[in-house]
Formats: sequence, C-alpha cells, structure tokens
Amino acid sequence: MLKIEDLWVTINGKEILKGIDLHIPPGEAHVLFGKNGSGKSSLLMAIMGFSQYTLRQGKIIFLGQDITNLPTYERARLGLGLAFQRPPTIRGVRTRDILAACAGKRPYQDLVEQYGFAPFLDREINYGFSGGEIKRTELLQLMVQNPKMMLLDEPESGVDMENLQVVGEIIGRLLQKDRRRQHREKSGLIITHTGFILDYINADRGYILGEGRLCCQGNPRELLHDIKSYGYEECAKCRR
Amino acid sequence: MSEMKQRAEHGRKKKAAFGPDVNLAEFSRQGGAWEYDPDYRRFSPEERSRLLTTGIELSDEDHAGTFLQADKTIVHCRAQQPGVEVLPITEAVRRYDWVADHLWRLVAVDADKYTASTELDLDNGYFIRALPGAKIEQPVESCLYLRTDRFAQHVHNLVVVEEGAELHLITGCATHPGVVSGLHIGVSEFYVRQGGQLTFTMVHNWGKQVHVRPRTGVLVEEGGHYISNYILLRPVKSVQMYPTVTLNGPDAVARMQSILIAHPGCELDVGGRVILKAPRTRAEVIARTITTGGTSIARGHLVGLVPEIKAHLECRGLILDPKGVIVAIPELEGRVAGVDMSHEAAVGKIAAEEVEYLMARGLDEDEAVSTIVRGFLKVKIEGLPPALEEEMERVIQETGKGL
Repeated sequence: MLKIEDLWVTINGKEILKGIDLHIPPGEAHVLFGKNGSGKSSLLMAIMGFSQYTLRQGKIIFLGQDITNLPTYERARLGLGLAFQRPPTIRGVRTRDILAACAGKRPYQDLVEQYGFAPFLDREINYGFSGGEIKRTELLQLMVQNPKMMLLDEPESGVDMENLQVVGEIIGRLLQKDRRRQHREKSGLIITHTGFILDYINADRGYILGEGRLCCQGNPRELLHDIKSYGYEECAKCRR
Repeated sequence: MSEMKQRAEHGRKKKAAFGPDVNLAEFSRQGGAWEYDPDYRRFSPEERSRLLTTGIELSDEDHAGTFLQADKTIVHCRAQQPGVEVLPITEAVRRYDWVADHLWRLVAVDADKYTASTELDLDNGYFIRALPGAKIEQPVESCLYLRTDRFAQHVHNLVVVEEGAELHLITGCATHPGVVSGLHIGVSEFYVRQGGQLTFTMVHNWGKQVHVRPRTGVLVEEGGHYISNYILLRPVKSVQMYPTVTLNGPDAVARMQSILIAHPGCELDVGGRVILKAPRTRAEVIARTITTGGTSIARGHLVGLVPEIKAHLECRGLILDPKGVIVAIPELEGRVAGVDMSHEAAVGKIAAEEVEYLMARGLDEDEAVSTIVRGFLKVKIEGLPPALEEEMERVIQETGKGL
C-alpha cells in the first residue's frame, strides 16, 4: 500500500527526518511511537506532501505509484487521508462545507446521523470545538473521504474516556477491523503517545521514531511496554 | 435664495472629511436623452446582463415597486402593490408638503461639496414609502444607472417606513457596460418610524474609473429595525461613504453589513456609524473586506449616549495580494456608564495551513482558496435575487484563482 524509501526531510533547512524506510502492506495498521519533537507528525505531513516539508532525498510510493512530487490534493484523491492532531479553525467555513468537499458525489448523511454529528454541521469548522469534538470531526471527515490509507496523528489526545470509545470504534471501522484479516483493504499509520488506541485496534506493527530515524520496530504492545519500562532513551539505543 | 441653497453654496468647495478628493469639473452634467421605458424594451442584452448581476432584474414581476433612473432621466417608476408608494423625488416634493421637510435633516446639506452639489444641481432620485402597518413582502427594486461616460449623477433619495410597516429595498447602482468613468453622488435619507422595519440592500457595479460618494443618514424610532447590506465586488476607482444611523427610540435596532473587494487601483473608504440614543437600543456593524491589490479603509464608529445599550463592531480583512492594503479603524465611544460596547478587528492573509488542510481533503489550491474566501465573506443576507447570488458566487470563485 505505502512504501517509503530512504526519506530525508527538512523544515526551513533543518533536518527533521533522516533516512526513513517504511513498508505498510494492504490491510495492516502500523503505529508510531516517539517522544515529542522526534519527527512523527513531520513524517505524516511529508507523506501528505505539505509545502513546509522539503524532501531532500528519497521516495514515497503509494499503490505502486511514485507520489514523491505530487501535490497534496492529488495524494488525497489517490486515497491518502490524514486526521490532523491540531487542525486549523477556518472562520466562516462550516463543517458541512468540508464534509461536502470530502464526499464528492457520495452521500454522507447516514454517517452524520449515525455518529450524532448533525448539530455540528452548521458550525464553523473546529471553531470552539472541544478536544473530543475535534477528533471526532477529523475522523468523520476521513470516513466520508473514504481513503485507502489512513494517517492518524494522535487520534486519542485530548479525548475524554467516553469519547475515547467512540474514537476507537470509528478508527476500527475505518481500518475494517470488523472484517477477517485477509479481507481488509485499508491500511493505517497511527501516531500514539499513550497506546490507548491499541485497545480498539489490533495493530500489526510498531515503530519508535527517535531524532528523525526509525530506531526500533516490532510488536506494538511489546514496544509500548518497553517504552513504559525503560523510556524512549533506552529504546533508541536498542535499535532492534 | 432659500436658506438651504445658501448653505449649499457655502459648502460648494468643501472637501469631504475622508476619501480622495474628486475634481467635479472633470465630469459632464450632460446625460443622455433617455426615454421613459414602461416595458424595459430599450435595454440591450448586455445591459440586461450587467444589471442582473447588480441585482436588478428589469421586471415588474415579483416586485412591490420598481424605480430606474438613467443619468438624469427617470426611465421606469411604478408601485405594484397597495401600501407602497414609489415616485421620483421631484414629484414627491410637489405632491406632498411634508416631503421637503424630510430632506437634509439626516444629512447636512453643507457636509461637503458632494452634498452641496446635489442640492444646487439635482438630477432626481427616488421616494419610496411604506404606508402605516403595510407589510410589503416582495422587494422594491431601485436602480441608479450611469449610461453616459464621464457623467456626474446627483440624486437625492428619501425612504419612509411608516409606523408598523415593513419594507425590503434592493438598490442596484451600476454603469452601462461601455461606461468607464463617471461620478455618482447619492444622498439618501431613511426614516423608520415606530415599530417599522427596513431592509436595505445596496449593490454597486461600477466602471473602473468611476468615483462614488453616497451620503446616507438613517433615523430609527422606538422598536424600529434597520438592516443594511452593502455589496461591492467589482472594480471601481473610489468609494467613500460613512452612513450614520441614529437609534432614536427605545428598543430600536440597527445591523449594518458590508462585503467589499478592493481590486488593484481601487480606493475604498467605507464605514458605518451608529448613534445609540435610547435605552435598550442595539447595533451591530460588520465589515468583511478583501483586497486583491487595492486599498480599503474600513471604518466603524459606535456612539453610546445612554445606559442599557448594546453594540458590537466587527472589521475583518483578508489580504490576497502583497500590494493590497487594508486599514481597519474601529471606534467605540461610550458617553455614560452602563453601556455594553465591543469590537473585533482582524486583518491578515490566508493561512497556508488552512489551504493545505482543505487540500488534504482533495480540493486543489484554487478550490481551497475559494472555499476559504467564500467562508470569509459569508454573512447572512436574506432575500437576494438568485442572479445576484450567482454573481457573488462567481466573483468569489474568480477572486480565489491564481493566488
């Protein structure tokens, strides 16, 4: 589904990602751990093609196509979807307008009803939204957009326990966790600090990102256990 | 010479307090010899198209009344429904003794050379009145049209919404597609009597070298509502206006909204002032300005003279071109304790993160910018003709392109 080869990225001349190699097959969900400032969000933004992130070297292959130089909207139209950690507020632009943009010609009213989102439709996007509302809005946009590959940037941060379950269920649905493994077509790359999201999705693989490099990978729950037990510094030294 | 004429003579050379000064001698006072046109047959397809995008449908259907002045000449004037009067102002002065007493009460005749010129050399203008208790559901459509290049049009308008009446007035001011330069001076005095309601939507669609100097005063009595919408999307040389609304009776309400685009070479100086003179009066002045290279000064002034009033001013500007300039000047003037007045002003450019957020949802850059611009300009304006709504949508799409 997504293959990243030797990706080097700078922001304003500063090196942020230093030779990332990553392969996420169809139907798999991978999680990304790492302390603040390690480059996790930058990796997702670079995959999405945001202008601030300059690709100095490397390739991004999505569905067999080299998308390294494609603009963001073409990546989105090919099937990449990003749920932002801190999405911007856009005054005057209603949630309804964004959902319509995500949907194209597909109907989306059922999803809005199903997740109790009707009261938000005429509100300006993210304006005055609580942490949980922001995350739910981001995920609803992805459901309507229906991408093949989900990039989720800390979907559980700032979410209370009640909303956490809703968020977890939506992510599970996005990743087709209700299907048998061999029938899943969608993939995901999920940033998490707490690992709460692992209670809702059976992630296939985990990585630890440190100082712009993938320094460790393995079973996500084991990685989380190691991080909790030894901290990121020790994990960075391990390099398994 | 009457006292009013004498005062006008004194003001003949007086520069306006704001806006670029216009040399009146550069314009002609010879308008075209247009004929009365009861069926709108003398308008070419391209004129019709231009007027349509100004909100003028050139039809008596679905309108409570219609008025159209080309240069100096009234070419169409009709009241269609009981409870509405539509007349040329010169005719109204002849017909009703009281009309003259309502002129130059809300706008000073010697305010500047533009008001003075209107008194000294009047072309005409509209008189529109909603009779007591009349709820006029369909809009009255008026059009002040410059059909001759370099012509200076002087009009004086009077609108009276009598006690308990309701009126929706759409005024489209435009130039003929072939007119490049000109001057429009429009003095307007609006009276909203006790419990009356006036919605006034003004759309401007001028030539690139046209100067525009509206001079507007509004008086709202107890429980009256005045809602104004001003829309300027197309290029013009300069517009300077600072309409003043006086809320004279308890519970009177004013809401003034303007949507402006300053194109390259445009100089806009547009404001709104509300004087709250009675308890429980409320006012809201909202300006949304975009520059694509021109200069726009957005003024707002709220004056609270008694306690228990509530007023809010909002000026927001979006700079879409590095050469564009937006100046927001909000003023709050509270004269007593117990007033509740606030303002919000923000000027900036479109944030790259907003554009990229929308691009991550599959919109290309033009579509993303248009969506943001459309959202920025979104203020609630009810009752616009569909053709004008489409024009607004089209201009917004164009504005967002290639930025």
